[in-house]
Amino acid sequence: MEITCIIGNSLSFLVGGEAGQGITRSGSLLGKAIMRGGFHVYGANDYPSVIRGGHNLYLLRVSDEEIHSQHDRVDLVMALNKETLVLHQGDLNVGGGAIYDEDVKLEPGEIRREDIGLYPVPMSAFVKEIGGAPIMRNTVALGAAVSLVGYDLEMLKEAITKAFEGREEIIEDNHRAAQMGFEYAREHYGDAFPCRLEPGPERPERIMVTGSEAVALGAISAGCGLYSAYPMTPASPVLHYLINNDVEVGMVVIQAESEISAIMMVIGASYAGVRAMTATSGGGFALMTEALGLAAITETPVVIMVGQRPGPSTGMATYSAQADLLFTIHASHGEFPRVVVAPGDVDESYHLTAEAFNLAERFQVPAIILTDKNLLESHKSTNPFSGGVAIDRGELMMTSAWAGEGEYRRYSITESGVSPRLIPGTSGALALSNSNEHDEYGFTTIDPDVIEAMAAKQRRKVEELREQVFVMDAVKVYGAEDAEVTLVGWGSTKGPALEALKVLAEESVSARFVQVVLMEPFPSEAVSEALKTNGPTLLIEGNRTAQLGRLIKLHCGIEFEHVYLRYDGRPFNPGEIAARAKEAMA
Amino acid sequence: MTTVQKLGTSVKNTWCPGCGNFGILMAFKTAITQLGLSPEEVVAVSGIGCHGKITNYVKVNGLHVIHGRVLPAATAVKLANNGLTVVGFAGDGDCYNIGMGHLPHAARRNPDVTLVVHNNMIYGLTTGQASPTSKQGHRTRTTPRGVFEPDVNPLALALASDASFVARGYAGDMRHLASLMVEAMTFRGFALIDVLQPCVTWNRVQTYEFYKDRVYKLEETDHDPLDLSAAHSKALEWGDRIPVGVLYRRERPVYSESFPQMQGAPMARREVGGVDISRLLKEFS
Repeated sequence: MEITCIIGNSLSFLVGGEAGQGITRSGSLLGKAIMRGGFHVYGANDYPSVIRGGHNLYLLRVSDEEIHSQHDRVDLVMALNKETLVLHQGDLNVGGGAIYDEDVKLEPGEIRREDIGLYPVPMSAFVKEIGGAPIMRNTVALGAAVSLVGYDLEMLKEAITKAFEGREEIIEDNHRAAQMGFEYAREHYGDAFPCRLEPGPERPERIMVTGSEAVALGAISAGCGLYSAYPMTPASPVLHYLINNDVEVGMVVIQAESEISAIMMVIGASYAGVRAMTATSGGGFALMTEALGLAAITETPVVIMVGQRPGPSTGMATYSAQADLLFTIHASHGEFPRVVVAPGDVDESYHLTAEAFNLAERFQVPAIILTDKNLLESHKSTNPFSGGVAIDRGELMMTSAWAGEGEYRRYSITESGVSPRLIPGTSGALALSNSNEHDEYGFTTIDPDVIEAMAAKQRRKVEELREQVFVMDAVKVYGAEDAEVTLVGWGSTKGPALEALKVLAEESVSARFVQVVLMEPFPSEAVSEALKTNGPTLLIEGNRTAQLGRLIKLHCGIEFEHVYLRYDGRPFNPGEIAARAKEAMA
Repeated sequence: MTTVQKLGTSVKNTWCPGCGNFGILMAFKTAITQLGLSPEEVVAVSGIGCHGKITNYVKVNGLHVIHGRVLPAATAVKLANNGLTVVGFAGDGDCYNIGMGHLPHAARRNPDVTLVVHNNMIYGLTTGQASPTSKQGHRTRTTPRGVFEPDVNPLALALASDASFVARGYAGDMRHLASLMVEAMTFRGFALIDVLQPCVTWNRVQTYEFYKDRVYKLEETDHDPLDLSAAHSKALEWGDRIPVGVLYRRERPVYSESFPQMQGAPMARREVGGVDISRLLKEFS
């Protein structure tokens, strides 16, 4: 494959319009069409929380090498309304262009840029000619875009066929719309647009997924049997995905009446022996915190995905944040062990979700997957996830009859600190889980000796847990050890940080990125080791108070001199990170 | 064979002597034995309040949860393992105050779960505050001028929420209550038994004496439990005559039937993992 760009080796498209105009769908359709030609893609959306109307946009970035985030600049705007054109002309690279509907009336002075190409296309007229729905204007624009970059129209048609599988009439109409947009642009604009994308002969098998889809697929691979959740942005797409595939994968998926109900269902199912999960955002997780403690004291495995968005309270419902890190690792009253992992991309979202089920069951603790809107709703191309996730249910007895010595005790004192579970209904044994402090049988107690024995059991369990999780990729380091500058971050910041490494490399600055993946128990040694560097370090976080920085100070005694915080809900841009890194070096 | 004696535990019972909870506990044990269930087949889910201790006192599987959250947990236990008989126990504060939000939804879902509410019309464990079922004018620790709000009518609420089995029991009539439990536990669907439970320490109004001459059995009348409007009028009856028994009973599809994926072995007994996601991944290519 060949790529010709204005800057570097990536090309960015911006699809913008009103909510309800199918912005994300169009952007991801173009992404899939380009991915089919062997390219790597990344797509991110930005939308206010309105059902219809309001300004929405989708940024699609493509390259011949793996890409991890959106970029600061745009090459081609596809404006489905006038506002998009007027608002985003400033984002365009010199020589970039804008496709818009010919019927848009532009007043003198509204287009301030003289260094960009304007490519009006009669979108509405074509759709009228076909007799299609107004939303098909998008497809006309996609066809025009494919023509402008010299890409293969067949790839777009294939993607359309796949997206509307089984709906022949819609496929046919959209093929026509794409064709008309393509031919119009070729005839009127030829090679005027400076960027080129040429598909390669090979078609590497790739998938383009969001973090939500990756989390959902991870849960499916892990054999999650019950998923219960209450709708809340940005976690709802996990619920939507699972409920659309529930019968096929054998999962009971429930929209509960509240987040409290959702987590209680997860606890009930898990108590009964079924792997169970819920997902929510900060506000919903706040409601779950009392039950989180119930899962802890009853040693019932639960898996919770927390998708962060800016708070407090309703905050900015459709934007992103990393401000619930300390809340998540401390949530609920009392003291108890838990696992908190923070995936940074779609692959980690898939694998860490699957692993969360294993950790939850092996150590009978809550396992939390901490994500955010940027990760959950952005598309990234990657290799297809391999389904074969190893299942480790820990000490769960699946036998139909109790074969152990003496009477079964749910909270038996063991050397490992983990007490074997069984499926209620096992003959010869009774499982009693108790939210009160309890003895080995599960009966309520206030006996100091019993309480001490239970605390000691818990301590042994935590030691074992720490040993086991620290062998995971608790901390990941990208880039050479002797780099001039070190970036530090977590979660979805990984994408822009890795892209910043590329930007810095182009400017002959060697940089590395330290990604903290495991947040609880905190991998102090691995973090300290990774931060042993002579050069400056720059901490990057999507919150106001540098929450990871505070954790690192607490556990490793390291303070950051250079900190780049962003809390306006928007993703980090690689160029800005690179600029801050150079400032730190100065 | 399961006997009432075998269903006892070694845990010292800390309910006040004479507490209505003893009648409910004995009725539950009696119902299990009458149904010929083995203790392993039964799961009791309890909330917070005096009633919540019941999982310590009856030798069946138990899940003691947080305040007000019995129903979603019990619903999921049943979904996870259809083979179990799941009985929830909640208090009036538990179910009709803090956990009120779950009752109509459990009723609408219609899981095959029985819920027994220990309704003593007072907060016992927290020492005498008003409950949502405390009657207007009742002076409690938190209502020195008497309760202002009209009381919650759980039976009317359950009927309005499409509960498929709605009954009222009386803790002072253990045999009758046991027979109601047998009926509820055999009934396919969500069954609510609101139990009038005298609290000998904190409620000096709704006492055994109060109930003794007022309570009458619906099955001794011509009440038709299939008649919803008759059930509604019985739910509103309170005063010199207080009906106990089954107010309403009509079978409809249970929650698990809405999940085709639940057909076959109980979810909890299935092998975990091994789902082939390659077909699912095609959508993303």
